[in-house]
Amino acid sequence: MNKIERDVTVTNKKGMHARPAALFVGLVEKFGVSVTISNGHETVNGKSIMGILMLGAAGGSILKLTVEGPAAQEAMDEFEKFFNKQEEELGP
Amino acid sequence: MKEIVLKGIPAASGIAYGPAFILDKGEFIVPKRIISSLEVDSEIARFEEAVNNAKKEILALKAKINQNMRPGHAQIFDAHLLVLEDALLLDQVTGAIRETELSAEYVFSSVIKKFVEAFTKIPDEYLRERATDVNDISKRVLKYLMDESKLHDLDSLQDDLIIVAHDLSPSDAVSLYNKKIKGFLTDIGGRTSHTAIIAKSLGVPAVVGLKDATLQINNQDDVVIDGKKGLVIINPGVETKELYIKEQHKITISLKKLDDLKDLPAETLDGKKISLMANLELSEEISTVRKYGGEGVGLYRTEFLYMNRLDLPSEEEQYKAYRNVAEAVAPFAVTIRTLDLGGDKFISSVQIPKDMSPFLGCRAVRFCLERPDIFQIQLRAILRASVHGRVSMMYPMISGLAELRRANAILEQVKHSLRSENIPFDEKIKVGIMIEVPAAVMTAEDLARETDFFSIGTNDLIQYTLAVDRVNEKTAHLYEPAHPGVLKMIQKTIDAAHNEGIPVAICGEVASDPLLAFLLLGMGIDEFSMPAALMLSVKKMIRCIKFQDAQRIAYEALQLTTGQEVEEFIDLQLHALMEGYKAGG
Repeated sequence: MNKIERDVTVTNKKGMHARPAALFVGLVEKFGVSVTISNGHETVNGKSIMGILMLGAAGGSILKLTVEGPAAQEAMDEFEKFFNKQEEELGP
Repeated sequence: MKEIVLKGIPAASGIAYGPAFILDKGEFIVPKRIISSLEVDSEIARFEEAVNNAKKEILALKAKINQNMRPGHAQIFDAHLLVLEDALLLDQVTGAIRETELSAEYVFSSVIKKFVEAFTKIPDEYLRERATDVNDISKRVLKYLMDESKLHDLDSLQDDLIIVAHDLSPSDAVSLYNKKIKGFLTDIGGRTSHTAIIAKSLGVPAVVGLKDATLQINNQDDVVIDGKKGLVIINPGVETKELYIKEQHKITISLKKLDDLKDLPAETLDGKKISLMANLELSEEISTVRKYGGEGVGLYRTEFLYMNRLDLPSEEEQYKAYRNVAEAVAPFAVTIRTLDLGGDKFISSVQIPKDMSPFLGCRAVRFCLERPDIFQIQLRAILRASVHGRVSMMYPMISGLAELRRANAILEQVKHSLRSENIPFDEKIKVGIMIEVPAAVMTAEDLARETDFFSIGTNDLIQYTLAVDRVNEKTAHLYEPAHPGVLKMIQKTIDAAHNEGIPVAICGEVASDPLLAFLLLGMGIDEFSMPAALMLSVKKMIRCIKFQDAQRIAYEALQLTTGQEVEEFIDLQLHALMEGYKAGG
């Protein structure tokens, strides 16, 4: 099974707060992959909004994504896009 | 700062000024309740149902916002929905219910608390504040798991504040009695809502039905209440404030004058003695009965013994409370009303199913007949207390003879078992009924033959006669105590009682309005019971008039066709009487 790791930067100035976290969970569910997100030592399930919020990922922090599943590659590309264009989509 | 004036429904007269305190239903006090292992599955089901209900609520909100605003605003609700679907959260709760065998609300709020604590450790300020999102979501769920009356913590309140709330529940009253509250403002409620009852018994002004007072007023805003006119002035200017201080001074002086009446009898000029008694909610209030010269307690509302707690009061505890009151009012009498739950009064220890129309549902004596186990304990306690003073009792909400007989049958059983246990009680204890239901009025003759006295509960009688929900501010203007339909009900009740030789008391809000009390006096009411602080102004009226004039004027008033006509007529006649007496010496 495919397992990919990649570092992404939270470009949204306000960090991973409720709205971007909700959007991300929605995206994970769309691809049907399993995802973990790590911020330093803390690792949470990418399908859990509470988990993501608990990471306390502020704007500019670097997160490690681990994606596993048949569509891992495709999903990872989308996730990366998601993190990169967050600022323009969500505004300040 | 600009002066803002709000107009609401006057609920308790008087003037107050001071800082406002907004009482939101913010903080839940979640008690730790142990469940049995058999209840675990149903407790989890209850939790899941609460989560589903909260989700439905959020979906409805989201739909509303989607229509009204740009779609981005609705996204926050997607986040809230995801939280309620989050396995990390849900599994922790259901797992912990199973493991700890504690109630769903307790486990859920502890899990939420852990998350919130974790959030508060996040260094980023903006993210840290997401704790408020989580709190908001948890409140939605808790609301479905808990009795709403337990939502806020009034015990930690400071003194000398003007309380601004959406609404006050009867259980709030319990927490408020020992506080020095200056006045009350609420968004909803009518003239006889519980806010009015609480305010009157504390002797402070209240304005209700202000619609959005909780939004217009901020914490610590300077506020003036004009309880008589139903006005609220936010950020009053110096002139306004001075005006009201003067006005308040006048009221204080006239109240002081009333104080001289304290030890004088409530007797008309032509020598008719009227019994003036106090309504009592808590035994702590008992000192006010004497303070205002009350001749006993005409209505002791026992449901407050049952509120704000998770268990039912024991027989011993009730006995002690009733005995205290009986001894404190001796040589005068106390009339204990048996448990009047339901309607707008709920307790935590017993789950009462939510009725579609609570005021027409399983409340008061209906509830007691459904739960004889609870009823019997109270009856035992009342009977045992009856040897310690002059105690009588009455059943609320009796709607006909069959119900009265069923209640009396339970009473007889209880008396029988006390006798067989050699426990003393007053064998001649008087047992009366509240007249609140129109059907009881229509069958008053029959009821009078099988009971010792009537006590008219006008708040409910008016509500049921006029089909006006008394806690609904939209129908507040239809709530007319002097409506001819209401007066004819009251007259019929009085006539039926007097034909059978039993006395009639009145214990609703109308008894405390000197104008209406004058009318009721003329109609033949024997006893008046009201919030203690209001007794003196009624006594003043009684001492200024002749009973025969009151009778004549009441007779004429009952020929009139609208409530407004009645009120205007009484007002005019009463003033003319006073002038006439003065001129005649």
